[in-house]
Amino acid sequence: MQIIEKLKKHQFLFEELVKRDFKKKYKRTVLGMAWSVLSPLLTLLVMSLVFTQFFGRNMAHYTTYLFCGNLVFSYFNEATSQGMTSLTGNSGIFSKVNVPKYLFLFSKNVQTLINFGLTLIVFFIFCIFDHITFTWRFILLLYPIALLVLFNVGVGLILSAWFVFFKDIQYLWSVFTQLLMYMSAIFYTIDGYSQTVQNIFLLNPVYLFIRYFRKIVIEATIPTPDFHLLMLADVAIVLGLGCWMYKKYNHRFLYYV
Amino acid sequence: MAILELKDVSICYMTGDFKDIGLKEYVMRRIKGNYRVKEFWADRDISFALEKGDMLGIIGTNGAGKSTLLKAISGIMEPTKGWVHREGTIAALLELGSGFDGDLTVKENAYLRGAMLGYTREFMNETYEQIIEFSELREFEDRPFKQLSSGMKSRLAFAIASLVNPDILILDEVLSVGDGAFKKKSEAKMKEIISGGATTILVSHSLSQIREMCSKILWLDKGRQIEFGSDVQGICDRYQDFLEKKK
Repeated sequence: MQIIEKLKKHQFLFEELVKRDFKKKYKRTVLGMAWSVLSPLLTLLVMSLVFTQFFGRNMAHYTTYLFCGNLVFSYFNEATSQGMTSLTGNSGIFSKVNVPKYLFLFSKNVQTLINFGLTLIVFFIFCIFDHITFTWRFILLLYPIALLVLFNVGVGLILSAWFVFFKDIQYLWSVFTQLLMYMSAIFYTIDGYSQTVQNIFLLNPVYLFIRYFRKIVIEATIPTPDFHLLMLADVAIVLGLGCWMYKKYNHRFLYYV
Repeated sequence: MAILELKDVSICYMTGDFKDIGLKEYVMRRIKGNYRVKEFWADRDISFALEKGDMLGIIGTNGAGKSTLLKAISGIMEPTKGWVHREGTIAALLELGSGFDGDLTVKENAYLRGAMLGYTREFMNETYEQIIEFSELREFEDRPFKQLSSGMKSRLAFAIASLVNPDILILDEVLSVGDGAFKKKSEAKMKEIISGGATTILVSHSLSQIREMCSKILWLDKGRQIEFGSDVQGICDRYQDFLEKKK
């Protein structure tokens, strides 16, 4: 409740921050906006050219399968790595004015969410071309999307706080996301692995989001309630940890900038 | 009833080489046991109280802890020890030039700054014309901010900041900005705000300004409170002696 009140009080500032991030990102050009949609599409194109031969031969809708992975992962990657610098990048502001520091992260997240939304539209258009049948179950995609937004905010909170203290987190994080990318089964299936190994994949929250998308879009089935709960638990842990870090270090950030 | 009261406020900075070491180095040092953080007390046991309408001048050499104290008063920093009690709204105008974004236009920056200072959008819509008029930046309205000279930047910053109407006003060397003509204009504007009845805290290196305007003085040296009182001329005289002896 307190947060909502605070947000209301700082609504104007928040709107202006979102506008600023948006303008800086797209540099006021139409191409800038188009590029952020084109870039994941190009990645998709390259990946499908390279991997269809290896992994997609016996699989229907392999490109959609790839797209699901790319969609989720690139949003996660963008939101977290840009969120990481949101606090440090605005140190000139919060060291002079008393404003809630998470506003900077939220505004970055709004901007990446818009980007994700654009890519999502392209994704659905692509599904039409790939002859995917749209069912009522697509509505359920709101669940992983909402959770993914919160998850990204949570990771962003943790990373941006850490980044204030340790600047090399940036490099470590890019290595980590690279590894995570390979472990999220974006371009391969895990069906060939033993049950134990398949269960290990469930420990990766990003994989859960991707899996949810694929279940709904390609397999047209709804994941189990346990699956829903597992996702919820991951998000709650990460978000809780992030909030706790901000609460704890709120006044110590200043010493480091 | 005091509008602002500080009781034994102490602020401790951490110094040492922790700032730029990365996570890897930090872990290594923690393991080896040679991770050290030094404490630096920017302010120690500062206590004073201001009544409504008071004009406090804070004097002291560089590194006396003035800016840090202002941050504690405005709530940007938490005191390590002691407490700050404030009544009413507070506006801190610290180092006006910073916090702008070079890629945004003058207009966008004006709104962003207004938002930071806690204005509403309606208020900005109403006063934007006034801001541009006052800062004499009409023809630069839609230019990217980085194309402006530093004088223009501080003019805009001042024009926005001078619209504040707080109960407590904190000024860090921002009494007047710009060149001759604008300097006069901004000084007049500032005096208008101060005479509006806000309790004002002023940090300035110009002793004559402080002598002329302030009703109370706080003298800090190396984080310690040397003197506080309403004997403005007396404290200023002693401070001047102190400065001369140092030379």
